[in-house]
Amino acid sequence: MELTKENILTLLEEVKDPEIPVLSLVDLGVITGVDISDEDHVTVNMTPTFAGCPAMDYMKKDVERTLEKHGITNHTVIMSFDKPWDSNKLSEKGRRHLKEFGLAPPPKYDLILDLDILEHVKCPYCDSENTDLRTPFGPTLCRSMHYCNDCRQMFEQFKPL
Amino acid sequence: MNELAIKDLLYKLADDQLILGHRNSEWTGFGPILEEDIAFSSMAQDKIGHSLAFYTLLQELGEADPDTVAFTRNANQFHNSQLVELPNGEYDFSLIRHFLYDNAEIIRFEMLSQSSYEPIAKVATKLKGEVKYHVLHANTWIKNLGSSTEEAILRLQSSLNEAIPYALGMFEPSKYEQELIDAGVYAGEEAVKAEWLKRIEAVIEKTDLKLPDLATIEPKMGGRYGEHTEHLQPLLDEMAEVFKIDPTAEW
Repeated sequence: MELTKENILTLLEEVKDPEIPVLSLVDLGVITGVDISDEDHVTVNMTPTFAGCPAMDYMKKDVERTLEKHGITNHTVIMSFDKPWDSNKLSEKGRRHLKEFGLAPPPKYDLILDLDILEHVKCPYCDSENTDLRTPFGPTLCRSMHYCNDCRQMFEQFKPL
Repeated sequence: MNELAIKDLLYKLADDQLILGHRNSEWTGFGPILEEDIAFSSMAQDKIGHSLAFYTLLQELGEADPDTVAFTRNANQFHNSQLVELPNGEYDFSLIRHFLYDNAEIIRFEMLSQSSYEPIAKVATKLKGEVKYHVLHANTWIKNLGSSTEEAILRLQSSLNEAIPYALGMFEPSKYEQELIDAGVYAGEEAVKAEWLKRIEAVIEKTDLKLPDLATIEPKMGGRYGEHTEHLQPLLDEMAEVFKIDPTAEW
């Protein structure tokens, strides 16, 4: 395999969010940069979704393991806030996978968070917007909990941030 | 920029969040309803993550690693405001403290996201989005419960009266206050307090609660420079219990 940024990103498609196994880190938007030096040293820059997310350390190790599995031993993986994550960085493919997984994807928004954008989230099961926010905190830091008044089910949303 | 001034600022930011994070975690398993149990537990996790981000900046400036800094200092070496170390009390007190604290915290982060000191600006830019959820949570419950039953209003009012002198202590000026302002690190504690007051008043106005007359209240200062209530040391002892038995333990 030729060492190119594109090829590395393709490899990293294999690394999934351990709490949402349908979502790759690339689609999640936490891989903020891949650099390959003239000496073929690969640097992968990452950033956390939520600063307190306990899965981030695991994801960083998983990136290292995946690079090594493909014979790339000359590497550095850096986790930093240089390019902070926000939920608009989730790819379209990632959003589709979230919905199929039963998690409402976060709306694309202008990064000004208010209650309005949390209140009537589209239900991932029946697409109704007749829903209510139950609590902005869910089973993991990145999820909020909602109730659909039409299909009468609780559902979770990957929170806008 | 004077590194001591930056460290002073970072320590108060980090310690506030570590200590309140720990207090929030004490609600795990004890919340009055499941959603609140999860909310306080989630905020605990967020706040401890936020403290880690600031302790990491301190480490980059030559301080010890985050675990050592968090687990090996005594109460008189902590820079948190006394507000965050007070015991949880009943849910009404925890909710009022959460409301008073997070409305100030988000203003700090908003200001610091514009900071001339770039490492803090980057972290603050990230964290302000997360704290927004804490503020939404606090404001929603204060509005709901603050205009509900007589008991809820009485309890919240009494907790508000109790917490306010400690809340004002959050704005204890730094030894380097003017230096931080002049260097454009942030606008300083007086500016944070003025904006905080506007925001909490806007919420309280929508309830049957009354903000006490702040002019008559003596703020509980001293926390920023190691003066703490009797409640901090037992919290630290509990928090560091495993670390003190085995610093290499992973759990």
